[in-house]
Amino acid sequence: MGETFAVKVLGRAAGKKVREGEIVFIEPDYILTHDNSAAIIDKFESTVPGGRIRYPGRIAIVLDHVTPAASSKDASGHKKVREFVREQGITNFHDIGVGICHQVMPEMGLVKPGSIVVGSDSHTCTYGAFNCFATGIDRTEAAGIWITGRTWFKVPETINIELTGAFNAGVSAKDLILTIIGEVGAGGANYMAVEFNGPAVGGMRISDRMTIANMGIEMGAKIAAFPANFVTSKYYEALDLEFTGAIWSDHDAEYARTLEYDLEEIVPVIACPHQVDNVVPVKEMAGMKIDQIFLGTCTNGRVEDLKAAADILRGNKIHSGVRMLIGPASRVEYLKAMKMEILQDLVSAGAVVLPPGCGPCLGAHQGVLAPGEKCLSTANRNFKGRMGEKEAEIYLCSPETAAVSALTGKIRDPREVLK
Amino acid sequence: MNVFHYPQNDINTDLLFPGKYTYTCSTGPEIKEHLLEDLDPSFAGAVQPGDIIIAGENFGCGSSREQPTLGLKYAGVRAVIASSFARIFYRSSINQGLLLIQSREAVDYYTEGDPVAVDPAAGEVRVGDRVFSFPSLPDEMLEILRDGGLLNHIKKQNALGDDA
Ligand code: SF4
Repeated sequence: MGETFAVKVLGRAAGKKVREGEIVFIEPDYILTHDNSAAIIDKFESTVPGGRIRYPGRIAIVLDHVTPAASSKDASGHKKVREFVREQGITNFHDIGVGICHQVMPEMGLVKPGSIVVGSDSHTCTYGAFNCFATGIDRTEAAGIWITGRTWFKVPETINIELTGAFNAGVSAKDLILTIIGEVGAGGANYMAVEFNGPAVGGMRISDRMTIANMGIEMGAKIAAFPANFVTSKYYEALDLEFTGAIWSDHDAEYARTLEYDLEEIVPVIACPHQVDNVVPVKEMAGMKIDQIFLGTCTNGRVEDLKAAADILRGNKIHSGVRMLIGPASRVEYLKAMKMEILQDLVSAGAVVLPPGCGPCLGAHQGVLAPGEKCLSTANRNFKGRMGEKEAEIYLCSPETAAVSALTGKIRDPREVLK
Repeated sequence: MNVFHYPQNDINTDLLFPGKYTYTCSTGPEIKEHLLEDLDPSFAGAVQPGDIIIAGENFGCGSSREQPTLGLKYAGVRAVIASSFARIFYRSSINQGLLLIQSREAVDYYTEGDPVAVDPAAGEVRVGDRVFSFPSLPDEMLEILRDGGLLNHIKKQNALGDDA
């Protein structure tokens, strides 16, 4: 029997043959932390006073969650991080405005095929788009790895998701991953690896792979990974980086489950409050009035997503009953959108552009909701209270659904406009 | 001793500790005030050392924030017994030295008012008049739990002159 991606990549890192269920100790290639580095620094310093980071070159810190600072407490946290970075000689540090960590990590070339990356953020699984074994850990563990350079993994079983066909107009990667989560359930892939295979993966854009891998955690998955192919190699070429290290499952790998999806059959869907797996066709929610639309986050804040919205909003006005926020995922994506004159279209239509970063996604600042308000968002979580107000409702959708709904202030199926 | 019973599935990290406080609360006392705020507003005032939480499937899903595990440990929660746990939460609990017991049978058997007792060394949990066993953790993880969490474990290894 062949081996899965997870078994192979952990085996290679551990330097031996490994089996599913086995615990292996590994030194990750990169450890990402963000604004929460301030709390991790406290843990680090109280555990090893005056200590040095074991591998400073493997640490990446991106300030993105509450940027620019919303309170003096946030500002003090950011300040502490900047000082620590200087003291410890951490070179992979990206201050406010560079972007959301999960966009910045690949942009900076820190996420390589076949590598192992951990991050003190649950959406670290995004890097599976680049054939990376990437997963979230907590702050305490991040502090532990700063000190020791290593951690443990249980070699997971794998769910195989076979993709065929192509999306119809008005349907995109977000609809696919929401459909999958709706079926698998919020805990359906708990502790497991998810692999995406099949002919539809071949030409799939990096931005789509990132949208899909990003939401692996919303079904509980440890990792959600794609094979590396010519699309991946082009990404590294553009960064002037060598394309090596890719690894993938054998054809006869043994999976815990295999699921099949024909992209042609996917329809626009929406995840209703307060669970990501509460997924229904957009059609069923059509006509519901919304107060705010948020297009952005590590799930759907890339230029491809902004362009999908701009193509719908160009020359039109956002309905007066709704406000629309745009959060570019990074400075690089922001600049691309400027160059393509996408931001002009969005701003002319009446949208508010936020600085690159997490913005309203986690409810700390920028676009917090009022009690009773409804927000249509391209983010990855609709948990109660997620956007800062527990009596508000969050509906998750694709950039296309967000943009067509902006025109009427009501939820609308994008296929009415995109044919 | 209190037993807090939350039978629903998929209790996520925002319910256990609202995201809006993630960057303003990081110490035990700060976190405790908001623990389970959007799930059970009376929890923070009522929880006592030695208490037990009983919950359904996929407990702790969502964010990697550790305030839920850190806060529950700080509040003195003896154990969380659930039908299943979300992965990062499970890992985080080991890192904090918080005992998690996965036993669908014990959760299903529990009815309001039943006395509950846990014995991690024996891998047993007693609910009312019945005893359920649960699989014990691998040795490496038990050691971290015994040392009171990952950082205490690292401290101890450093003190032993071990190159942790
Ligand atoms: S955009 Fe939202 S989901 Fe993504 S890293 Fe930021 S807070 Fe987390």
